[in-house]
Amino acid sequence: MVQHSRTGFDASFAALSDITRRGVLEQLGRADASITDLAEKFHMTLTGMKKHVGVLEQAGLVTTEKVGRVRTCKLGLRRLEEEAAWIERYRRLLDARFDELDMVVEELKRKEKADGRKKKE
Amino acid sequence: MDARRKSEPTPMKNRTTVERKSERELVVTRTFNGPARIVFEAWTKPELFRRWWVPKSYGLTLLSCDKDVRVGGRYRLVFSHPTAPNPMEFFGRYLDVTPHSRLVWTNEESGDNGQVTTITFKETDGKTLLVMHDLYPSKEALDDAIASGSTGGISETFEQLDELLVTLGASMG
Repeated sequence: MVQHSRTGFDASFAALSDITRRGVLEQLGRADASITDLAEKFHMTLTGMKKHVGVLEQAGLVTTEKVGRVRTCKLGLRRLEEEAAWIERYRRLLDARFDELDMVVEELKRKEKADGRKKKE
Repeated sequence: MDARRKSEPTPMKNRTTVERKSERELVVTRTFNGPARIVFEAWTKPELFRRWWVPKSYGLTLLSCDKDVRVGGRYRLVFSHPTAPNPMEFFGRYLDVTPHSRLVWTNEESGDNGQVTTITFKETDGKTLLVMHDLYPSKEALDDAIASGSTGGISETFEQLDELLVTLGASMG
């Protein structure tokens, strides 16, 4: 987990280091909003707000979705948590498979030993 | 004979780890208490593979399992599950087959978004470390793979963001 966590951690901190971006997260914590809404609320140009949202999106803190001509922003934490949950479910599936593979490996080892003895006789 | 069998230690259960190594990569590791040639055989011989790839506890049935394990050879697995209306198919082709040490194959069931899987078998003192590496064509392809398997329903609050940062911080050590 170390490498991935560190990347995510740094990106999160870089994204959170800016007061406007923290404000945007707080705003999105109350309700989803379009980039235009956010630009107005924070007295910024559309281009400026797009940049901030882009940084938050890179860090996985915000997700955006374009419907028609409006790009709606929402908190992206959900995605990170879903990823962790998915990885754990995937791990359990593989673990169950590998437990059964253990049994196949044990059986093949016993068979090899038995065959080895036969050859010596 | 009996004495020898008793003296063999009970095999310890080895840990399976899964990690998203980067935006496009997923890495799985697991050690097996046997030589690489045996683990490789259990992976490449269909009659052995079908005994373990479908865990009984998951309610899946492996309807067919074809593997032509050589460079350029194809594989196809077909599963059924009581909740799935149609059988699920997984297929692709082998890009590299190095006996007892390396297998590389494509996953083509989801078109161009499929990952390339590399598994390596590394033997030390009669045990084998298996590393399974999935490389997706893009960040979006891996995100989509994860999203399609998600159940969702997690609420979005700042408390959770705090928890997340604490968790990420704790795992950095």
